[in-house]
Amino acid sequence: MSAVLEKLLATTGTTPKELEREPLVLNQRSLGWISDRIAGVCENALPKWWWPAFLISFTVMSMMFICIAYLISTGVGVWGLNNPVGWAWDITNFVFWIGIGHAGTLISAVLFLLRQKWRTSINRSAEAMTLFAVACAGIFPMIHVGRIWLAWWLFPLPNANSIWPQFRSPLLWDVFAVSTYGTVSLLFWYTGLVPDLATMRDRAKTKIRKFLYGLGALGWTGSNRHWSNYEKAYLLLAGLSTPLVLSVHSIVSFDFAVSQVPGWHTTIFPPYFVAGAIFSGFGMVLTLMIPLRTLCKLEEIITVRHVELMGKVILATGSIVGYAYGMEFFIAWYGGNPYELAAFKNRAFGPYWWSYWIMVTCNVVTPHLFWFKKIRENMVIVFIISIFVNIGMWFERFVIIVTSLHRDYLPSSWGYFSPTWVDICTFIGSFGLFCTLFLLFIRFLPAIAISEVKGVTPQADPHHKLGGAKGGAHH
Amino acid sequence: MSDIFPKWTNWLPLKIAVGAVLVGTAATAGSWYYLTPKYSNVGYQPVQPVAFSHAIHAGQLGMDCRYCHSAVEKSWYSNIPTASTCMNCHNQVLKDDPKLALVRESAATGKPIPWVQIHKVPDYVYFNHSVHVNRGVSCVECHGRIDKMDEVRQVEPLSMTFCLDCHRHPEKHLRPPDKITDLGWQVDPKTQKQNGEKFKHDWKVQSSQNCSACHR
Repeated sequence: MSAVLEKLLATTGTTPKELEREPLVLNQRSLGWISDRIAGVCENALPKWWWPAFLISFTVMSMMFICIAYLISTGVGVWGLNNPVGWAWDITNFVFWIGIGHAGTLISAVLFLLRQKWRTSINRSAEAMTLFAVACAGIFPMIHVGRIWLAWWLFPLPNANSIWPQFRSPLLWDVFAVSTYGTVSLLFWYTGLVPDLATMRDRAKTKIRKFLYGLGALGWTGSNRHWSNYEKAYLLLAGLSTPLVLSVHSIVSFDFAVSQVPGWHTTIFPPYFVAGAIFSGFGMVLTLMIPLRTLCKLEEIITVRHVELMGKVILATGSIVGYAYGMEFFIAWYGGNPYELAAFKNRAFGPYWWSYWIMVTCNVVTPHLFWFKKIRENMVIVFIISIFVNIGMWFERFVIIVTSLHRDYLPSSWGYFSPTWVDICTFIGSFGLFCTLFLLFIRFLPAIAISEVKGVTPQADPHHKLGGAKGGAHH
Repeated sequence: MSDIFPKWTNWLPLKIAVGAVLVGTAATAGSWYYLTPKYSNVGYQPVQPVAFSHAIHAGQLGMDCRYCHSAVEKSWYSNIPTASTCMNCHNQVLKDDPKLALVRESAATGKPIPWVQIHKVPDYVYFNHSVHVNRGVSCVECHGRIDKMDEVRQVEPLSMTFCLDCHRHPEKHLRPPDKITDLGWQVDPKTQKQNGEKFKHDWKVQSSQNCSACHR
């Protein structure tokens, strides 16, 4: 007994009542209810909103593929980038999407190792979001190479030219970082899915569903040995994924920081990019989760408390990002390099001033609304702020890339980038791909980790009054 | 699992494994055969407008390559001789042979003989003949035993790998200057290493490997 408690006992003669933790699943729902509700999203009749949402997403996605076909058949001239702005929306979109993925890894790996039980309601869909964001991200570096049929040169494969990629280039490290990230995220996601796929298999009413979920479930029976192996694998994968949360976006930042372009060549980039990635990722998780919990009637599992906690993460990472913006300016002045200072002055007050101030408004000002609990608990406002976070983080990458490139050392190499309709439609289309994949995901796979949510409820304890199979059929 | 998977699936893993092996083998063999430069270039032997035999001229008669390809030591380009070069001999030898009709006509009118080019590097590759033949690289390294060919064909892939193999280890290929056009000269493996290093040093051979050496 701690000293404080002993003192209390001496003065009042009683021990204080232990404060109960707020339950992670509301209304003391039984384990059977949890299975029914989550699996029901895949099993019940399609809700009315699903087909319209899917058709719109699919159309927008098709627009992207048409734009890509036009790009490949015509050449990169259909985009607005040209000397001196050699990277523009392509790399902006790449960094934007890859950053979004980071929230999934953070929730699934870091919060798992830190025993943050609230992660269980959101980790499955956040990891799915990671995978889909990586898929969107992967498209842009591939199509920006110009001759896309030579994109395999990005990988160190033996070839008839006897040459290798430049191993000293961060662009190659990026290939490894992103492909490792995609692979580990996929494995982690799938490992977590195995027990739930077995649940889906056992609940399946048709032969085809039973067969397909059965394939995915890998013969899972729920035996003690299966659970023991599963827990070990999950822990190991969490350990493997944790460094990736930091490494992937650090290496993405090296694409810029290792160069000597004023505005890019700064040591603050790796931590600043990682914080920004988590910030944007949680923004996107909220953008997805708030409609998901309402439309799929999952409010009792993804509770207001979950949203509120994610709001706190956004507040923390958003503050780091704001600090980094300030520190960049301070170092540009304190470092005494006139070119660096000119690049930063130009960022805020040059021809792209509007993009800089959109970024500052969205990323520095809006997250601080989350100091107020009332705002963190208001779903509509949180949803709107999460969209501002997404906008702000896209503009952050745009500001870093385009404003640093459009003024070279020689005034003869100054330019102004404007996107073409192909740039715009390709970017919008990537959201179509993202939404299409996400809609398919919530329809065909359990969007919440059923077994893990059950594990963190009080009734998972067999001694609880609703424990085990009591109070509802145990599926 | 019997209520989950029907009986026919028992053989499915084996079928998938066998299928994967077959498809994998076919894909490997196909890309090996069709996608390597050996396939795309080596062996190319077009029909030429005049049935000129290098085997007779350079082999049997022992003519030096440079008698006809006279610019090879001075120019980036190894020239194809004009018909007047042929006529130096053929106004005496076989002067009425019908096989040489096109040569005589070309010499008379000045209209070139439409030879078909065999050895060709892409347009984005800069290759200089003179710098190679003046620094101990023999014709045979790229063109093979032309002196044994009735009709010329390509024997080396002339791929980037082919160029780099030599540029990375030039000492294995350099030979004495008087043996450049001696296509039958045999490299002596015992002395080649020493000689090659010496030639490389004496002639300041700096076979570049940077991109702009060839892709200018």
